[in-house]
Amino acid sequence: MAWKRKDLVSMQDTEAAEIIEVLDTAESMKEIATREIKKVPTLRGKTIVNLFYEASTRTRTSFEIAGKWLSADVINFSGSGSSAEKGESFLDTAKNIEAMSPNVVVVRHKAPGGPALLARHLKCSVINAGDGAHEHPTQALLDLLTIRQKKGHLEGLNVTIVGDITHSRVARSDIHAMRKMGMTVTVAGPPTLIPAGCQDMGVKVSHRLEEAIAHADVIMMLRLQHERMTGGFIPSLREYSRVWGLTLDRLTHCRPDVLIMHPGPVNRGVELSPEVADSQYSVILDQVTNGVAVRMAVLYLLADRRAA
Amino acid sequence: MSLLLKGGRVVDPAGGLDGVQDVLVTDGTIARLGRGLKAPEGAQVVDAAGKVVCPGFIDIHVHLREPGYEYKETIASGTRAAAAGGFTAVACMANTLPVNDNRAVTDFILAKARVEGAVRVYAIGAVTRGLKGQELAEMAEQAEAGCVAFSDDGLCVMNAEIYRRAMEYTLPFGTPIISHAEDEHLAHRGAMHEGLVSTELGLAGQPSAAEDVMVARDILLAELTGAHVHIAHISTVGAVRLVREAKARGVRVTAEATPHHLLLTDEAVREYDPNMKMAPPLRTKRDVEAVLEGLLDGTVDCIATDHAPHALSEKEDEFGACANGVIGLETAVPLLLDRLVRGGRMDLSTLVQRLSPAPARLLNLPGGSLAAGAPADITVLDLERPWTVEPAKFRSRARNTPFAGSTGTGAPVMTIVGGKVVSP
Repeated sequence: MAWKRKDLVSMQDTEAAEIIEVLDTAESMKEIATREIKKVPTLRGKTIVNLFYEASTRTRTSFEIAGKWLSADVINFSGSGSSAEKGESFLDTAKNIEAMSPNVVVVRHKAPGGPALLARHLKCSVINAGDGAHEHPTQALLDLLTIRQKKGHLEGLNVTIVGDITHSRVARSDIHAMRKMGMTVTVAGPPTLIPAGCQDMGVKVSHRLEEAIAHADVIMMLRLQHERMTGGFIPSLREYSRVWGLTLDRLTHCRPDVLIMHPGPVNRGVELSPEVADSQYSVILDQVTNGVAVRMAVLYLLADRRAA
Repeated sequence: MSLLLKGGRVVDPAGGLDGVQDVLVTDGTIARLGRGLKAPEGAQVVDAAGKVVCPGFIDIHVHLREPGYEYKETIASGTRAAAAGGFTAVACMANTLPVNDNRAVTDFILAKARVEGAVRVYAIGAVTRGLKGQELAEMAEQAEAGCVAFSDDGLCVMNAEIYRRAMEYTLPFGTPIISHAEDEHLAHRGAMHEGLVSTELGLAGQPSAAEDVMVARDILLAELTGAHVHIAHISTVGAVRLVREAKARGVRVTAEATPHHLLLTDEAVREYDPNMKMAPPLRTKRDVEAVLEGLLDGTVDCIATDHAPHALSEKEDEFGACANGVIGLETAVPLLLDRLVRGGRMDLSTLVQRLSPAPARLLNLPGGSLAAGAPADITVLDLERPWTVEPAKFRSRARNTPFAGSTGTGAPVMTIVGGKVVSP
């Protein structure tokens, strides 16, 4: 088994062999979703706590389904309406939860480094389900799984990530994971949304959409958050959409077998036109389906680690 | 009451001295230097053979937190930390509660320091009332009460006109204005230096330009007003260049550097360790080299720690949310002796100059010299003493050091203030 670590905090710290093991394990998990009775006893008696300090529908649901299909006891804990609102610190809350002996804590937090902080202080396994603009490792894993299924391989593929790279944890996790898999990554967006030193992460940087997507095997469109205007990053959604929105028109200059991906939720009509979101190029819903399989794989590899 | 330090290597840059001498202290002042001095009747004799005897080190940038934040540090604990770290005098910043923006607070700090302080304490007054950057503090009265400089340290006075007026208003007192140069708009999102590391960590960064534009502004205002502006904790290539150019033009600008900006880069933030968070942030290797080069060529006048104590609960938090600042009084001298002097980057006499006569001259303080008649403020070093940074043993109430667990060789072993041994 390649997987030896206690936690899954970042793709930057995860090795290629470990990534491949997660993807291979996820392939074997996919079959469970096709069964009439979607439940295997693998993690019976294990407890998983979903500790979500930031609103999330799909990631939390995905982790919850993944845990339940593996027969783990899954407890959801959200930052609002709990002790967090009474002023208890993040670390104290986590230590209190740990005192109830969970096997895995899945954490989403607005603070970059939040999951790393828990991983250092807790004895149980910690999975990063998104920490600010740092990383979202299971998203990168499900992206890789989707690409591998559609393309048959990963190495040598060209991926272009378009949009708000500065604030995107998905972009960071994808960049690290894809580079480890031998893929070529281009990031594209207005210069205000490309973070400092980005090219030193081993990616190409482009400020022109057509040029950036011309040779792409995969285009990953990122969600543009509405509040970016107030920060002075872009003048208006209207202008952003005109310059950076992906339309069927723009796709005519791309490879005919290009895949369109999006970590969701999609702002239809902003970064993606509805026609593109629903086109034959789009694998956005495959990503969601694969999300459950990948999270089952990660939960299995972490929760079962000590038993092994 | 007399004290005789026998057989030490005396390093006194102000007097151009580096050689084995005895130092005789009587009634709190240096009586004389010489070889084979005889101890007067009843004198305390200290064998300093193999040790280095220097004029007492002066840290012109500390936060003693009293009044108001005694849970972080007190005048008593902070000055004990200073004594243990080889400092015979400190100048404390105005961001207490209440703010030191009026004579009553200055009087309180200095009175408390006289009773409880282990070393000399000088007060730095606020430039603006409540550190709000809007109205001038009562700086004439504060100067009269003993404030040796004025600063809104921790905050940048963004209103250039107010800052200009502060520089003009304080001209008659001969007290410098100390600038915390950090453009609040360019810096406000940043928890660390902006670059590859901040990008990979997903932490909002602040560019070097946030510091550089304010250093440039303050130099221009110093030129306009003729005031002496001192740049606190200089940390960028650009700021060092600006100060160097301004000095060459004859502008009255000086600068200090902290040990952490001389020894650490933004790579140290990789583990999201809150003890690596301070303002200005840890920068790149290029910046570290530029600050050291500036310190060597005199562009950067002195070393100051920016000792900024915080309670554990304020630091044990997410990196973005935790308090800014690290402590330095008990680690500065050992680190500089090991990393700079032993590391071959700086000779001992230059280091002593940057820690003693330079800061003394900068704030017009007594000390910085071992000449006969000078106050007997003395730091004794053992260049062969091995050390490990153990926060649990600090005299400071705080533990927020970025150097926990570091090891090295060379440390202060005795601190003398006004002829009295205050450490060990």
